[in-house]
Amino acid sequence: MPEQKTIAATGNIFVAEAMRQCAPDVMAAYPITPQTTIVEEYAKFVAQGKVHTEYVTVESEHSAMSACVGASAAGARVMTATSSQGLALMWEELHIASGMRLPIVMANANRALSAPINIHCDHSDVMGARDTGWVILFAETAQEAYDNTIVACRVAEDPDVLLPVMTCLDGFITTHSIDRGQTIDDETVKAFVGERKPDYALLDTANPVSHGSFAGLGGPFFEFKRSQRDAIDRSKPVVERVGAEWSKIVGRPFGLIETWGLEDADVAVVVIGSSAGNARHVARQLRAEGGTKAAVVKIRCFRPFPAAELAAALKGMKAVAVLDRAESFGAEGGPLFLETRSALYDLERRVPVVNYIYGLGGADVKLELMRRVYSDLSDIASGAAAAEGLRYLGAR
Amino acid sequence: MSEPKWDLTRLGEWKAEEFPLGAVIPEAGNSQYYRTGGWRSERPVRDPKVCTQCLLCWIVCPDAAIRVAEEKIADDTFDYDHCKGCGVCANECPVDAITMVPEGCELTEAEKDA
Repeated sequence: MPEQKTIAATGNIFVAEAMRQCAPDVMAAYPITPQTTIVEEYAKFVAQGKVHTEYVTVESEHSAMSACVGASAAGARVMTATSSQGLALMWEELHIASGMRLPIVMANANRALSAPINIHCDHSDVMGARDTGWVILFAETAQEAYDNTIVACRVAEDPDVLLPVMTCLDGFITTHSIDRGQTIDDETVKAFVGERKPDYALLDTANPVSHGSFAGLGGPFFEFKRSQRDAIDRSKPVVERVGAEWSKIVGRPFGLIETWGLEDADVAVVVIGSSAGNARHVARQLRAEGGTKAAVVKIRCFRPFPAAELAAALKGMKAVAVLDRAESFGAEGGPLFLETRSALYDLERRVPVVNYIYGLGGADVKLELMRRVYSDLSDIASGAAAAEGLRYLGAR
Repeated sequence: MSEPKWDLTRLGEWKAEEFPLGAVIPEAGNSQYYRTGGWRSERPVRDPKVCTQCLLCWIVCPDAAIRVAEEKIADDTFDYDHCKGCGVCANECPVDAITMVPEGCELTEAEKDA
């Protein structure tokens, strides 16, 4: 096993370091809080000659993703980073990147969307982009943000996939808190990610091609969308395979979902990102107190959605709480709730599922709030309460 | 017009997995195989007695649909398979040698009905 270096750094620094090690040919980025220190650190690497990347400073995120699309179609390995309003401004290019099957890797520092204006963590930004055809990975910690970035590079460029990948980390909580983690040597990462070998590169002048063509009425647009669906479905075993390969090198787990305490649990919390730590902490406390036997299921890969894996994990639970750090206004619940409950629909025995919207705009997810979730779950499991209604966790 | 290197004969039957990745067209300059002449409602007609061979129409045609042979406007001036009838040539001609004529005007009433 290659030697790893333990460092203390913010999640953003871990992401910038992983990107440097993947050595993209092009980075086109625009700074936005709380993503800024990723692109700032990366610009420093370029200025210091530590990486040979064409760094394109653009006038907006719309331009950033447009430049990424062009560079990726040219055959380059391309990375960028954004957050919140920036991701929203990239909206149309997100669809273009996935439709053109361009393996761009982008870090997203999860932040609330205006209005009212807010710079703190929630998942509204990425959840708004969940149907844009990108593979979407989430990190709980700075370490996972580092690992996800390297795995994303391989997944995106895998011949069975060829789709853009977004790697998300929670704004400020993960992007700016100093966390302990390990990095590995450049050579190991270089060997792991290999070189991009594009099928159709604009810079391959011996084999000229057209990118971005028209497929209008009566044309094959419908078939192209079908092939995109097939590609993201195929990406699921690729995320698992590449994740397992990386896991073997670094000795850290990597799964589509990660479970804690599942074996003997009566109730479970399903959660994404940094709050998984709080959920595990309280579950551990409750077990130590001889209370609720609780499990935690963390989603690391949101697209493709691990529906079968979730169904297998949550089968037989007496109550499940899904924690959404994003709204889907007017829907039955938050995005994670909708998909989790749908994933459980085909189980023979119905599992009661309840939804909490929490932590919007960086609202604190205190341990007592997490305790309230488990207490509600106990009531539902014992039949004392019904699993109904959308609950705003901790809102006044 | 040369034949396409890329076999498009079954294009209408292709299944999702048969299309090139990401809607790429893996052959350059193949728009000539797409005949757009049917879009035209008026056709350009050149009067060779008025034409001064300035070649301005050849320069301005957005569809490269004006034929030139031996550095002169060819006798069969227009490539009607690709001319969309935009009228730029007629508008730009400095001596009004090109006239836009409605498509079908040469037909008799009986032919139009057919």
